[in-house]
Amino acid sequence: MVNIIEPVKQEFPHLHIDTRLARDILVGFIKSEIERVGFKHAVLGLSGGIDSALSCFLAAEALGPENVLAVRLPYRLSSQESYDHAQLVIDQLGVQTRTIDITPIADGLINQIPDMNRMRQANSMSRSRMICLYDQSAEFNALVVGTCNKTEILLGYSTLYGDSACAISPIGDLYKTQVRELSRAMGVPDIIIDKAPTADLWAGQTDEGELGFTYAEVDRLLYLLIDERYCPEECIAAGFDAAFVHQVIARVQRNQFKRILPPIAKISHRTIGYDYLYLRDWGT
Amino acid sequence: MQLRVAMAQINTKLGGVVDNLDKHLEYIDAAIDQKSDVVVFPELSLTGYVLQDLAPTVAVQPQKPTSSFSQLITASQSIDIMFGFVEEDQRNRFFISSAYASKGKIIHIHRKVYLPTYGLFDEGRFFASGDTIRAFDTAYGRVGMLICEDFWHASPPYLLWLDGADVLFLASASPGRGLTDDGEIETSRWVDRINKGYASLFTSFVVHANRVGYEDGLHFWGGASAYDPNGNTIVRAPSTGESLVIADLDLNQLHRTRARLPLLRDERIGLVERTLRRITNNEKPGKDG
Repeated sequence: MVNIIEPVKQEFPHLHIDTRLARDILVGFIKSEIERVGFKHAVLGLSGGIDSALSCFLAAEALGPENVLAVRLPYRLSSQESYDHAQLVIDQLGVQTRTIDITPIADGLINQIPDMNRMRQANSMSRSRMICLYDQSAEFNALVVGTCNKTEILLGYSTLYGDSACAISPIGDLYKTQVRELSRAMGVPDIIIDKAPTADLWAGQTDEGELGFTYAEVDRLLYLLIDERYCPEECIAAGFDAAFVHQVIARVQRNQFKRILPPIAKISHRTIGYDYLYLRDWGT
Repeated sequence: MQLRVAMAQINTKLGGVVDNLDKHLEYIDAAIDQKSDVVVFPELSLTGYVLQDLAPTVAVQPQKPTSSFSQLITASQSIDIMFGFVEEDQRNRFFISSAYASKGKIIHIHRKVYLPTYGLFDEGRFFASGDTIRAFDTAYGRVGMLICEDFWHASPPYLLWLDGADVLFLASASPGRGLTDDGEIETSRWVDRINKGYASLFTSFVVHANRVGYEDGLHFWGGASAYDPNGNTIVRAPSTGESLVIADLDLNQLHRTRARLPLLRDERIGLVERTLRRITNNEKPGKDG
């Protein structure tokens, strides 16, 4: 009898992270990148959703809750639930808070344009929030902490110069699945982690309804495509539906413009972005 | 013979040479207080790491030392110092270099040979690569220096070993990448694994100083470490926070380990040389391999 040792079953790459290490790295990042440029404070928009809740937890730990201003920015159609969930975070952390109704700002434009479609209205709301956050950052002598995660940055599920506008982006390299994992470890209220993610732009809207797939599903695919450098055929061989794979790849590619600064037309020997290269942290 | 090594796990200011010098002097004083024989600073410790277009403006020609450079050399009258800087040669090429200063003199400079220019790295765009790997003599024995990507390749540590180095001093500014769920950033685990491997394969001491802190979105994972000729870990520091990490190297361990395990004695350098020549010349395998 030959004793056969069978091959170890190849495990599907997974997205789990060491949450203690992630927390240390991200808290250190916020502290370093805010304080080294002479600031002590952070401001962020607190929607009641998981991404901004986690960002608020990280910022509060990095800078102290008294140095974090969580701004609630409801529109007239925003849900009471979102408002209440934001309050849970504020109460738990003891961060500073302020509420600014963006309705007059957004509607100031929306009401002038009779046929503005829902997407344009949503973008106007998102950019209205950006205006408020940057204004508050000046009053609070703070930098704006971004709340976008890796999944939405890759999918382009954000508004250019709206929710994507920020000084630093602590959770931009965490997939939504990982945001959930880290949120759980940091004590974000379960009710926020477990609810369906929504941009809260109209009643009943959910991210996953709009996108047409779940975050859990797309995160596993994005992880293979981006982090593990799988080609589309390898993803399909790993069990993903071919149409889904191609749809996601096309979406990621189509939204590249949202992930880079606008290209500058090169004329001189030395052009910003091409051959004039310094980090943001230059001299600090 | 005991050698007390201090690894300066520091953060640096990007392009802030004067501030970085102050930190060097502070850590050198602390290392002297701890009765250390040598203090090892990370890669580009005088300048910061992602220099890009700052590189030419912080460069030093060792023949025409700046004030910061001279102060470090002067400080080496009390303790041996390995530090990192941007070196400009006489024909104005820029290198990522580490200097070893002892008794008020620079006794060796290593220019980084392997410049990572892939993934997040872009060193080959801004720097020239060194073309020499050489061990050198100190008061306590023959040693060698390598910088980060140099020891991600197997040949530089191997060459230093053959050239007589019994202690490998490794300097890094290594950004962490690859977070999984097993307790350590993948880069850190990888470097621990290969350094332990070098200590084991070359029956030598390995001392590694890596920086901490952030530059833009990059974080540097520290983890200063030292390994003995048996491949055992002498010390491994935490991954965050500035520290002066002290390790005692019992140099007599070289005798004991190599008496048990004569890998150095038995290494067939001639075979390696012949084989490399054959591979380089693209010759067909001969009867001796």
